[in-house]
Amino acid sequence: MSRTTTTTRAEYCVIACADAWRDNGEVLASPMGLIPSIGARLAKRTFSPDLLLTDGEAMLVGLDGTAEGWLPYRRHLTMVTGGRRHVMMGASQLDRFGNQNISCIGDWQQPARQLLGVRGAPVNTLNNPVSYWVPKHSRRVFVEKVDMISGVGYDSAAAAGPSATRYHRIPRVVSNLGVLDFATPDRAMRLASVHPGVTAGEVQAATGFPLALPDGVPYTREPTATELRLIRAVIDPDGLRDREVPPA
Amino acid sequence: MTDKTMTPEEVVSRLHSGMTLGIGGWGSRRKPMALVRALLRSDVTDLTVVSYGGPDVGLLAAAGRIRKLVAAFATLDSIPLEPHFRAARQRGAFALMEIDEAMFMWGLHAAANRLPFLPVRAGLGSDVLRVNPGLRTVTSPYEDGETLVAVPALRMDAALVHLNRADRLGNGQYLGPDPYFDDLFCEAADQAYLSCERLVDDFAGAVPQTLLVNRHSVTGVVEVPHGAHFTSCVPDYGRDEAFQKLYATTPWPEFAERFLSGDEKTYQSAVQTWHEEQT
Repeated sequence: MSRTTTTTRAEYCVIACADAWRDNGEVLASPMGLIPSIGARLAKRTFSPDLLLTDGEAMLVGLDGTAEGWLPYRRHLTMVTGGRRHVMMGASQLDRFGNQNISCIGDWQQPARQLLGVRGAPVNTLNNPVSYWVPKHSRRVFVEKVDMISGVGYDSAAAAGPSATRYHRIPRVVSNLGVLDFATPDRAMRLASVHPGVTAGEVQAATGFPLALPDGVPYTREPTATELRLIRAVIDPDGLRDREVPPA
Repeated sequence: MTDKTMTPEEVVSRLHSGMTLGIGGWGSRRKPMALVRALLRSDVTDLTVVSYGGPDVGLLAAAGRIRKLVAAFATLDSIPLEPHFRAARQRGAFALMEIDEAMFMWGLHAAANRLPFLPVRAGLGSDVLRVNPGLRTVTSPYEDGETLVAVPALRMDAALVHLNRADRLGNGQYLGPDPYFDDLFCEAADQAYLSCERLVDDFAGAVPQTLLVNRHSVTGVVEVPHGAHFTSCVPDYGRDEAFQKLYATTPWPEFAERFLSGDEKTYQSAVQTWHEEQT
């Protein structure tokens, strides 16, 4: 018998991110951030072996880093609009219908804090599935209304018409506290699971709008022994994941 | 055939205030930094800058040369937020046409193909349409009847790009993993200036697909070794991360005084001196 060790919060986050790419088939997994990157590699090593990954630059690479294809920015944009991609982006703000902001905080004309700009969030959200990763769940991120809609949410897509909704989908939002989705009749954000050690009340308290709460919010699933071994010994042996999400 | 070689100063003498100026590269990658530095030594100002923004935008913003910026972002890559771009935006220093990365690419394609616009899905439902009230939609005349964003052509008066190699006629070669959009910038501009790490006599033996820029779209060629510094120009060199960090953390007047008050040669030797001080 191997020694039992407790699954850490970061490890629950990793498998919750990995599960975003479950059953996705042969698509490009575009993780932004460390824990989504570990999650994407875990998914490819286990239940989604056909995923494509990049080296973060212009090459498609296998798990060992060996190149298998070329994907410079101009072709990456075709991958986006062709829909064979599932990106997990970050979010400076995220609202109850999944509108996301990475552009600026405050009035756009003269922002209080200029951030990145919209980058590819508009094209991503209208063309391929977009999930989000929030390493520190708080009312500063989960807001009633975002200051600049970079990534398009369900209400904004619906208001913009069929060309906007046609390929629009936000499968999940993973945070350090739990997993959220939009599986509600009005596409409002729902707490799908809490990581062990977290209560639904804590997640609601850290969220700036009312969350849809199913009766008895389940816990995020347990990692398998194989998954734990891959995370700890193969993908992230130096434990960098604990820097992004410290142990609870 | 026409020898198009010139100095950075000759390039800048052909630019003027109020121009729409495209800048190639991406973020902090293969930016025509020596040409931007030459621009900073001139009195050319009031520019509309079109760029996948990096420190090119930061330098021009810090020096107050931008009237309007057309961009999807400005970043230093390893340092996510471009400090001078941020500061300029937060003091309302210039107008901004903030569009998505793909919208930007199709705007370049439209300009290179002399089309008024190209349709894209990106932008619908986002605040890109709110902050750009001039953007219009276009409805498909076919059975689908889809309504899409009509991205206007991003036609430019001049473009600046930096490649690994070029010949004297204006043919340019990239040797790194990504061409970025430098060919489109040249084709979408009335004049284009190509700086390179090294001039070559010809491209005999070159891998054909590396010959990115064709001479019909290039006005002038400049040989400037380390001309993309401090951005990356692989495989000739990577990003100078230490120096980029210095750029990002030093107050602008101090940085400009030490590194930007002389010509390109003075810049390169000041950089070298700074590196020697660090060891």
